[in-house]
Amino acid sequence: MEKSVKDILHKVDDYTWEVPMNFKPGMRVPGRIFVSQKLLGSLEYDTVVQTANVATLPGIQKYAMAMPDAHSGYGFPIGGVAAFDRDTGIISPGGVGYDINCGVRIIRTNLQASEVRPRMRDLIERLFQEIPSGVGSKSRLRASDTELDNAFLYGAKWAVDSGYGVPADVEHCEENGFMKNADPSMVSARAKTRGKPQFGTLGSGNHFLEVQEVVEVYDEAAAKVLGLHKGQATVMVHCGSRGAGHQICDDYLRVLAQATKKYGISLPDRQLACAPAESREGQEYFAAMAAGANYAWANRQVITHWVRETFGKFFGRDMDSLGMALVYDVAHNVAKLEEHVINGERKEVYVHRKGATRAFPPGHKDVPAAYRSLGQPVLIPGSMGTASYILLGTEKGMGLTFGSACHGAGRVSSRAAAKHEFRGANVARELAERGIIVRAAEPAVIAEEAPGVYKPSDDVVDVVHSLGIARKVAKVMPVGVAKG
Amino acid sequence: MRYEYLHHVADTKFRAYGQTIEEAFENAALAMFNAMTDTSKVAQVEMREVALVSGDLEGLLHAWLSELLYLFNVENILFGTFRVGGISRDGDSYSIRSQAWGEVVDPVKNTFFLEVKAVTFHEMEIQKIDKGYMLQVVVDT
Repeated sequence: MEKSVKDILHKVDDYTWEVPMNFKPGMRVPGRIFVSQKLLGSLEYDTVVQTANVATLPGIQKYAMAMPDAHSGYGFPIGGVAAFDRDTGIISPGGVGYDINCGVRIIRTNLQASEVRPRMRDLIERLFQEIPSGVGSKSRLRASDTELDNAFLYGAKWAVDSGYGVPADVEHCEENGFMKNADPSMVSARAKTRGKPQFGTLGSGNHFLEVQEVVEVYDEAAAKVLGLHKGQATVMVHCGSRGAGHQICDDYLRVLAQATKKYGISLPDRQLACAPAESREGQEYFAAMAAGANYAWANRQVITHWVRETFGKFFGRDMDSLGMALVYDVAHNVAKLEEHVINGERKEVYVHRKGATRAFPPGHKDVPAAYRSLGQPVLIPGSMGTASYILLGTEKGMGLTFGSACHGAGRVSSRAAAKHEFRGANVARELAERGIIVRAAEPAVIAEEAPGVYKPSDDVVDVVHSLGIARKVAKVMPVGVAKG
Repeated sequence: MRYEYLHHVADTKFRAYGQTIEEAFENAALAMFNAMTDTSKVAQVEMREVALVSGDLEGLLHAWLSELLYLFNVENILFGTFRVGGISRDGDSYSIRSQAWGEVVDPVKNTFFLEVKAVTFHEMEIQKIDKGYMLQVVVDT
């Protein structure tokens, strides 16, 4: 019989629950799950087990953590954050996930939502036509092998240098749009073959392209710096590294399963296959993962370019007058080598964020110059019918969660169950009644991603804000959604 | 029952059954493709032979389903019929010989419920049961 989650966890404060060291043999540190009393009610037993499993991995620092939107994944929970010592710790694809650098970006506009809303159905249809999405969709890009390798190497910068965007775009991406340790020679031929036809596509499932309205501003001064104001139309893109990232993850799960044996690491779950971070196998995965991450940044950048083109043609206005600058782009499935102060000591750690967003504080060197006094923008997308949020990283988050916050609303219902509970056509009609136009390749996709299958994004974001690991700046609501 | 879908929060979990391990493998592939589309509408026009070797049976199941997914991704072939000729063990390695039939995706005819993105080892089980074998698989969608 599974023990109830409430019997296992120890309350630390209103938003912090500890998984004690004695919950599972081999735990090296306790677990910390950041949820409210209300969200605790929908926390799965498996999420607690997976958090504890992460706590058994060599070199883990402070706590194995789970963000307020956490739900069970493979290996790490989705919403899992953990940092491993550079010298004694590990690196694991299970802490990054299949969709390497699945991420979100938000683009501002000079348009008011009221100008966009009356023409929304046509606009979404146009975006849906221009940006390939859905199962088996093929890209308009015909990237050569060299171009694909350059995308693996230089990410969003490759895209901008190739004419897909402007230099300011890369400055407003996490990592300036590419991780420098990427090595395409560490990416298998299979991953390249899968990645090529899908390069420049949105994908399917929870990925989306959304036209939104800024409905609430919590910090006027910060919003102004980000170029946001109430009533404004914005565009959000949520997608990742497609089949390339999936294949890289799959390939290295196999490689690292061997490494796990070789280095004598004992694991509670095969999906946690890992290697010492600085070992040959660990570094090869890290280089391939970075290439996958860069592919995803290039992908979002190319899509951004097509979004701008589509808006330009649709509204008959040039780029300057549309003012479609990239506000920011965050990764939410990635591992990074970062410097953190741990127990008073500055050290280098491999921070794994799986379904979690980096949230660096004001003054940090990795925050773009334009936002440095504010902190790093943190983007938390909602589901199809719910709000998304723009927040800023804080000093408290740097100390508490290795500068991390949550990444989304978090699922509470299975996709298979959702299809039975929500019929696509009905969900689309209900959303239309609330002023949200949805266009998807298949009605079933709309059912699968119905708002009811997610935890309410407001609850999740409120925990992040109240805990102080990031602070709210603005809230946006969908007006039109294109889904794969 | 050839297969059934089970509750899983983020993704698709299924159990496939067979009187033999080969039949159970065939039904696992069917369950995976039926999660994406209605395989009864898939014509048997294209055939691909898949032969693989792995260090253990779970690894073999993972590699086999992954290969079918790879062919779907790269060659755009949707499979609906599977024949596993044989699964055999030779010391520390397991091998499979199989054929998969299907057709190149026709966007008008083939509609998709969701996209299976990867096969995982999460909660993977291969069990000898009363009347044969049960395989449990979680796929990332």
